[in-house]
Amino acid sequence: MNTKVKIAGVEFKNPVMTASGTFGSGMEYSEFVDLNKLGAVVTKGVANVPWPGNPTPRVAEVYGGMLNAIGLQNPGIDVFIDRDLSFLSKYDTKVIVNVCGKSVEDYLEVVERLGDQKVDMLEINVSCPNVKEGAIAFGQNKDALYDITKRIKEKAKQPIIMKLSPNVTSIAEMAKAAEAAGADAISLINTITGMKIDIYKRQFALANKTGGMSGPAIKPVAVRMVYEAAHAVNIPIIGMGGIANAEDAIEFIMAGATAIAVGAMNFHDPYTTEKVVEGIEEYMKKCNVQDINEIRGIV
Amino acid sequence: MANKMKKEAKVLSCGLLADGIYELWLETPFAKDVVPGQFVGVYPVNKATLLPRPISVCEVDAERSAIRLVYRVVGSGTAEFSLYRPDDYIMILGPLGNGFPLDKANGKNVVVMGGGIGVPPLLETAKRLTDAKVSAVMGYRNSETFLSDEFEKYSDMYIATEDGSVGTNGNVIDALKANDIKCDVIFACGPMPMLRAIKAYAGEIGAKAYLSLEERMACGVGACLGCITKTKEIDDHSRVHNARICTDGPVFDADDLEM
Repeated sequence: MNTKVKIAGVEFKNPVMTASGTFGSGMEYSEFVDLNKLGAVVTKGVANVPWPGNPTPRVAEVYGGMLNAIGLQNPGIDVFIDRDLSFLSKYDTKVIVNVCGKSVEDYLEVVERLGDQKVDMLEINVSCPNVKEGAIAFGQNKDALYDITKRIKEKAKQPIIMKLSPNVTSIAEMAKAAEAAGADAISLINTITGMKIDIYKRQFALANKTGGMSGPAIKPVAVRMVYEAAHAVNIPIIGMGGIANAEDAIEFIMAGATAIAVGAMNFHDPYTTEKVVEGIEEYMKKCNVQDINEIRGIV
Repeated sequence: MANKMKKEAKVLSCGLLADGIYELWLETPFAKDVVPGQFVGVYPVNKATLLPRPISVCEVDAERSAIRLVYRVVGSGTAEFSLYRPDDYIMILGPLGNGFPLDKANGKNVVVMGGGIGVPPLLETAKRLTDAKVSAVMGYRNSETFLSDEFEKYSDMYIATEDGSVGTNGNVIDALKANDIKCDVIFACGPMPMLRAIKAYAGEIGAKAYLSLEERMACGVGACLGCITKTKEIDDHSRVHNARICTDGPVFDADDLEM
């Protein structure tokens, strides 16, 4: 039985990854999960300098999911390399670093700093809905997406994954723009912009007013978008959005994803990633699947 | 520190303490490791809910390997908890956060101060402060002074009520002053305006205050960065002025906080 998958020449022991921002750099969850069992750890977004993020409240629960407006708080690339990457280097798993910035130059600075580091791939965050500058501004316009992808690809030493936003009219067009500019892969979906109002306090549940929605309630939207993207491009797709168990993961793979990532459900159950790895193997045995790659895009 | 785990806990008993205030005694393998001031994440069974509800540990019974949770029903999750009955099972994540630094009170006059649903974690705190002179000042809205009789076992107990029906008419600081309570160290939990006032008062009289904070949180284990509080100095984890309440707290030295 083969669970290995390959993206841009990088081989992952299985298709299960962590969704950026829901797993830190793995340190906190290593108390619950054996990181060696995961296909990859995708880190929380890191910028060239420390970012303080948004005011609190930053999270709110909604039916079947949650909203967050953390605002990409991060310690900056220097501390990230010293602390987070050296922590991850102790594990036998692939490392994908999520990169964020306010300007193209910010992204390029981080990408260049990571060039000589033990990092397997870079995931470029052009889809965070919770910061005013950068991020989603690059991910909602296909020309801007094409431009930033091209400029990062020119400088990047590692293969790049463009993380796409669902807050667009056509995910297929965005996927095509990333592919045309040289992206090695795409990941989707980032969170869906949402809002919650506390009717008793007569105010927004989040200090940022809006936040990104994640959790099981968004899964059908994510599966549909992965399917549409898979039919628009030939580069590999990392699918995510509400994955709670192995059945959900298989759905994404059948929709066309090469790998998948567990996000908000880590908060519900810190053991989710490992359970998904085990559940995929059980599914393969039960349904007589010899190679996980044979069911990709099968629908 | 004890390893965190997510595990089923057995409901040993349950009850109503005051209007909207409930208790649950839960049997859990990590009970003996809980430090007063720590909390657990409690998961509603309702599939539409995702996040654990952070609830502080009110008391520990090591012999029964049990913890007592006292909580206010504020939404559908806590409403569900109030329906649990003995022999039911409930998922909990814990033990979470850091407790009160009890050793800082050794040989001193310590005052445990709680307001509203901030009262419960101070009960186990008072119980474990065996090397200090312990006073307890608890603030309530009205005469529903839940847990107040239990504090009498471990401390000199004073009450403040907003409506003046019991004890001092006013807040916990009013009660502290009215009763001329000696105070070198304060351990407190309650609403933010109360904690701000305690920080200011401790500054005035030269006492040390340790405050337990509350914030909306998602993971409870330090990964999501949802529950941050502003700190005076740049903290080691965030490299900005954002300590995580769930893992760096929930108890902080008041001097370290920007409130």
